[in-house]
Amino acid sequence: MAVMNMVQAINLALREEMERDESVVCLGEDVGVDGGVFRVTEGLFERFGKERVIDTPLAESSIVGTAIGMAMNGLRPVAEIQFLGFIYPAYQQFVSHAARMRNRTRGRLTVPMVVRAPYGAGVKALEHHSESTEAIFCHIPGLKVVVPATPLEAKGLLTASIRDPDPVIFLEPTRSYRLLKEEVPEGEYVVPLGQARKVREGKDVTIVGWGAMLPIIQKAVESLEKEGISPEVLDMRTLAPMDYSSVVSSVKRTGRCVVVHEAPRNLGLGAEISARVMEGALLSLQAPVERVTAPDITVPLPKGENYYYISPERVVNGVKRAMSF
Amino acid sequence: MLTDDFDPLQGKMLSILDKDGKVNEALEPRIEDAKLLHAYKTMVLTRIADDKAVRLQRQGRLGAYPPSRGQEASQVGPALALEKGDWLVWAFRELGALLLRGVPLWRLYLYWMGNEEGSVLEGDVSLTPSAVPVGSQLPHAVGISYAMKYRKESNVVLCYFGDGATSEGDFHEGLNFAGTMRTPVIFLCQNNQYAISMPRKLQTAAPTLAQKACAYGFKGIQVDGNDLLALYAATEEAVARARKGEGPTLIESFTYRMGDHTTSDDATKYRLAEETAYWSARDPISRFRVYLERKNLWDEKREKEWSEEAARVVEEEVRKAETHAPPALDDAFAHTFATMPEGLREQLEFMRRDLPAKREG
Repeated sequence: MAVMNMVQAINLALREEMERDESVVCLGEDVGVDGGVFRVTEGLFERFGKERVIDTPLAESSIVGTAIGMAMNGLRPVAEIQFLGFIYPAYQQFVSHAARMRNRTRGRLTVPMVVRAPYGAGVKALEHHSESTEAIFCHIPGLKVVVPATPLEAKGLLTASIRDPDPVIFLEPTRSYRLLKEEVPEGEYVVPLGQARKVREGKDVTIVGWGAMLPIIQKAVESLEKEGISPEVLDMRTLAPMDYSSVVSSVKRTGRCVVVHEAPRNLGLGAEISARVMEGALLSLQAPVERVTAPDITVPLPKGENYYYISPERVVNGVKRAMSF
Repeated sequence: MLTDDFDPLQGKMLSILDKDGKVNEALEPRIEDAKLLHAYKTMVLTRIADDKAVRLQRQGRLGAYPPSRGQEASQVGPALALEKGDWLVWAFRELGALLLRGVPLWRLYLYWMGNEEGSVLEGDVSLTPSAVPVGSQLPHAVGISYAMKYRKESNVVLCYFGDGATSEGDFHEGLNFAGTMRTPVIFLCQNNQYAISMPRKLQTAAPTLAQKACAYGFKGIQVDGNDLLALYAATEEAVARARKGEGPTLIESFTYRMGDHTTSDDATKYRLAEETAYWSARDPISRFRVYLERKNLWDEKREKEWSEEAARVVEEEVRKAETHAPPALDDAFAHTFATMPEGLREQLEFMRRDLPAKREG
């Protein structure tokens, strides 16, 4: 089994799905000849040709809008938006069309489309390249939002997303693109959408995260263990529709919950997770749900990024607040 | 090529059937008699059905409605050039095109009455649903036509939108994508002179909308939008070009909205009566009737019979829509995803218990 990073794992998933199904096409800015600015689509143009790996004009709304049309007429487009921070011109296409085409046509026309976008901070990037705005998509009924945490997960989740009958926004944590390598199988490997992954068992506290937060949570766990605290860690991986019942059942056992996200605090997914835990596990709670999040400010430029980005220490602090309540 | 002979940059507009029904025989498209009659009858039906919808709204029996009066040729003419398997992508003021495509009128009434069941269409209809956010459907037309090209089908997409849409980013992006990808799509702009209250000249400094095609590397043509023959001829040429793999065309149908933007609007606030009178004398239906009468395809007796028949059909369709069952709670949830997620199922079950017993309407 080949050892690969997330970029390579995503590339493998794309390649295999394109081999398997002729209706799968890729489109976006620089995805063809250039192979994508992060090299995620590298080699696909050469392998599948310009009809299936389409270099489009620089226009996010039409990349998504065209993909919607393709999906309505029998294709399975995988569109790339170069960075999540540039996706907003396409927001109308997601909210007004992709999310509701199935409903508006009473199931006659559907949008089996994936829109991939690198996202998240921690990479010392230019402005607009570090935001984590998953919540504004998760809020829209009819959209699925998926975030892989590891190369293996990325392959299985992207494969499931491409085969999914509904529109999926597939957010790729830029920081994790080349951070971690692991064994990724060639051939069929699918991770079903809508199910959280228990990363480790624990008995004292449930730590909930996704994407680039997982390696940070892992570091925090290592130091918490040294202090005799046993955390359970859940990778939510599908953020919409989210597997809240896994969180609730875990918290019922541990009695404490810490949600970690790099998005701003106000109305971040931590708020909804907290509400669900309150509704489903109130009498098991030993402490209020703790949220370890970015503050409600614009992501600072790289020199100030540490004021914003989640560190293992902040996760440790959050867990300790929950433990000592 | 009509697009060469009627270059919008030289101020030319294609017109074949003048306002009095006199045909320019050199340009007259060859359309079989049955098709001509079908087009005419559909335009008449559209007007009667449209007037009825406005009256139903005034009586509180139908919601806000965008009237089509005056634009019947602009809607029916282009769609007449389509074949089976060609897609029609529309905005929200295309009643005539939808009726020509065989969409049941009662479904459309049901939709405008606020029942999602009005959007149910049976069979392989090659039709998008309405796209109310202005211009947002243009990229869909590009994607649909790209899929045709990819599969090497000979079908095309006809995409309707209004003059206001040409100010939207999706208009520019959609035409630009279609131009670079050379997909088989015909962009049909119904320039009815107003986007609600905003006259066309406030949307763009360009003298025509058709000329905008030049910037995207393909042909544009301005056509008398109340002249069904001109619309058919221009669309037929564009369709042939698209089928041959020669890419998109922009057609500006120069027409006029005789009614209000919607039943919530009052056009007398921003339009002069003289202007409406000018366009009233250029009615698309009456001039086409003269044309058919001169071809001995129509007469007073047939006119009377069809208007009575159409009125009867409209009443029947209204009855069907009004007696349709209200939507069920489950249906409001059913089409969010292909498979209902567990969490949504729980919400549905909760709503079943939590809603008061009488919940429709």
